[in-house]
Amino acid sequence: MKVERVISDTMDQFPIGMRVLAVDDDPTCLLLLQTLLRRCQYNVTTTSHAITALKLLRDSKNEFDLVISDVHMPDMDGFKLLELVGLEMDLPVIMLSANGDTKLVMKGITHGACDYLLKPVRIEELRNIWQHVIRRKKLDRKDGSNSCSIDKPLIDSGDAAGTENVDPTGKLNKKRKDQNEDEDEEHDENGIDDEDTSTQKKPRVVWSVELHRKFVAAVNQLGIDKAVPKKILELMNVENLTRENVASHLQKFRLYLKRISCVANQQANLAAALGSADASFYRMRSLNAVGNFHTSAGPDQLHNAAFRSFLPSGVFRRFDSPQMVQLSHVQNLGNSSNNRSKLQSYLIPGNHNANILQGRPMMSLELDELQNSKGVNRIGQLPSVDNTTVYPVSGSLIDTRCSDNQHLGVTVSPLILEGSTQLPSLHASNSGGCISATGFQNWSTLPDFTSAAPASGQLRDSKADIQGHTSTINCTADQIIRCAPHEWNAPSKDSPFQSKISSCAMNSLIPVNCDMDQLGQCLDQNNQIFNGNMSLDSVEPSNFGVPLSIKYSKVQNLALEPSVTEKEGYLTVQPRPQGSYINNTMEPSDIEKEEYLMVQPRPQGSYIYDDFGSLEDIASAMLKQGQDKDEPADCDFGCNAYSLGTCILD
Amino acid sequence: MERNPMRRQLQTLRKSLFDQGYLDDQFVQLEELQDDANPNFVEEVVTLYYRDSGRIILNIEQALERKPFDFNKLDAYMHQFKGSSSSIGAKKVKAESTLFREYCRSRNGEGCMRTFQQLKKEYATLRRKLEAYFQLARQAGPVETACRPK
Repeated sequence: MKVERVISDTMDQFPIGMRVLAVDDDPTCLLLLQTLLRRCQYNVTTTSHAITALKLLRDSKNEFDLVISDVHMPDMDGFKLLELVGLEMDLPVIMLSANGDTKLVMKGITHGACDYLLKPVRIEELRNIWQHVIRRKKLDRKDGSNSCSIDKPLIDSGDAAGTENVDPTGKLNKKRKDQNEDEDEEHDENGIDDEDTSTQKKPRVVWSVELHRKFVAAVNQLGIDKAVPKKILELMNVENLTRENVASHLQKFRLYLKRISCVANQQANLAAALGSADASFYRMRSLNAVGNFHTSAGPDQLHNAAFRSFLPSGVFRRFDSPQMVQLSHVQNLGNSSNNRSKLQSYLIPGNHNANILQGRPMMSLELDELQNSKGVNRIGQLPSVDNTTVYPVSGSLIDTRCSDNQHLGVTVSPLILEGSTQLPSLHASNSGGCISATGFQNWSTLPDFTSAAPASGQLRDSKADIQGHTSTINCTADQIIRCAPHEWNAPSKDSPFQSKISSCAMNSLIPVNCDMDQLGQCLDQNNQIFNGNMSLDSVEPSNFGVPLSIKYSKVQNLALEPSVTEKEGYLTVQPRPQGSYINNTMEPSDIEKEEYLMVQPRPQGSYIYDDFGSLEDIASAMLKQGQDKDEPADCDFGCNAYSLGTCILD
Repeated sequence: MERNPMRRQLQTLRKSLFDQGYLDDQFVQLEELQDDANPNFVEEVVTLYYRDSGRIILNIEQALERKPFDFNKLDAYMHQFKGSSSSIGAKKVKAESTLFREYCRSRNGEGCMRTFQQLKKEYATLRRKLEAYFQLARQAGPVETACRPK
């Protein structure tokens, strides 16, 4: 696949001629905005529909430098558009609204907006919007990854910016440095990506569905902990794609996963609760169990749904290789402001190689159930499942929902969290099949949701998720790595999920303020696609393995991110006791043991823009590291120490 | 001081709109955007506003006929309406919109209805005044204005 690059002619006179896409359903405001922008000598295109805007952006790659969008629009929520654009096109987006509530502005920020303007907008404010374009370019160029929205220390194989943790980071730092050097070299090699100038326009790579799918497949194949941009790039084998592009995308993906991991957290807890009995299969650490669920009505339903995490144990049983499922306690996401349900993340340790996921899905998260029942109702049922019945999950956990066809019981309830998407809470179970079991089901067979028609939208969503939400590191890690596949292609049974999952996983490495919305979105997407596709009969060992060895550390300090140490190019967030950095005592081998179970995106039912697919769940399946002996510090966010293992199926 | 009496009249009318609180600074912003390339910009925007917002007013009216009131919906409509109104600098209309939204939030149906009536009055008054203003402006002929440097 060829990636086209277009360099604008007008870049010399930048910011004059900067190409802006303005979206607002109110014609008066739109006309005003257009005139103001023209007065600033920008090149303006307007549309009153978000869908049209997306289409324009997708069709003509590299035709726009900046997007300005209203928040309230009838056909699509402005925040959703924001995410999609950020994820797919990596363009700076400015939000516009007559409402200047702090909450809304915060929402804009968490969704990745570069700026938030209040209507009526004044020309002085518009004169300076070009800075966002430059900033993004500079950041992209600088470390080859990352857009301005993410300036947090994401430790990424390619990212040098991280504030990584102090600790045992000596090694990692060095590694990172090496990688940076590597990056620099690559920079030089890439003729086009010239070091120069802020005025030089860098050709933008658009991550189309197809491209992203390849990316995810590559990540899956490599394993989350081994997924370094260089290797991903090689596997992807796409012309004109640079390592920086991949690194940048990887970073976003991780963020995304992290976001969804919040949701997964809850699920993990649930799973933990369920699976705790079966020690041999998993270790559950601090299962918060059901208790942690928030049963929140409405948008929070999803949260609950998250709980429906799958029980890893079941899965493991299936596979011959005993995998340990470790459920991490559920961490509540710190963002209490939004009723986020606590995410429980649990890690399911397992062999990387184990086909853990093969076969039946482990968990049945009945998202939909949750959905309907507003919360935890379902969860309550879970505990009833004892170890023995844990698996096949499908049977026990899933309430009949999955009864038809899929054995996949796993319904990964996307941990979508509340958020803008009022996710109808995972309706995990689609009428047709089990909810999302797909996620777990076989990792290998994660359906490749990429392109289902509706999916495309969804995928975008997930992409949006990935977009760097500025990680407010407040969220203690437990971002579950969700394997929310960015792109959920039309579910094809045999398509490997893995790619998706791993991609999800990647994203959630970074603990960020778990933005439920986003998770939801991701999940949603997944779900949609999942609908019906979940026939996980075919379990093929897939490469899906989402190597999530992420140890999330609770980040008490805003500063950041939990010490994220990079292990083998994989982001591991160490859980830290409140306020402190922990030495990463986990040996890489330990991490290796852990597998993640990715939560399957929930099938259907969820709207693309809402609901987070089961992948989220997957992400949430962060298993707490076995080594983590201590009870995770009580952190509001997610998992304290868990390492997300990647479920890599051979 | 304008020698042209019509111009003088126009300016007086304009000033009164501001002094009486019908328009605010946003209207001045619109005027500043008017130039040779866009000679009737202000009138265009105002016309567009009245056309589009008329639709919203209708929606609100219909919503107010259904009992019980769906306050969330009313609030959403009004939010939209307020955004438009503030874009043209319709000060009094905007104030009524704000009040209406407060009543929506406090679930005060009576307050909503009263405020809405008041809002419609202000809305109609402003329209009349602006129409008169534009008509006078057209009659007064094009004005020599300093061209904004491009």
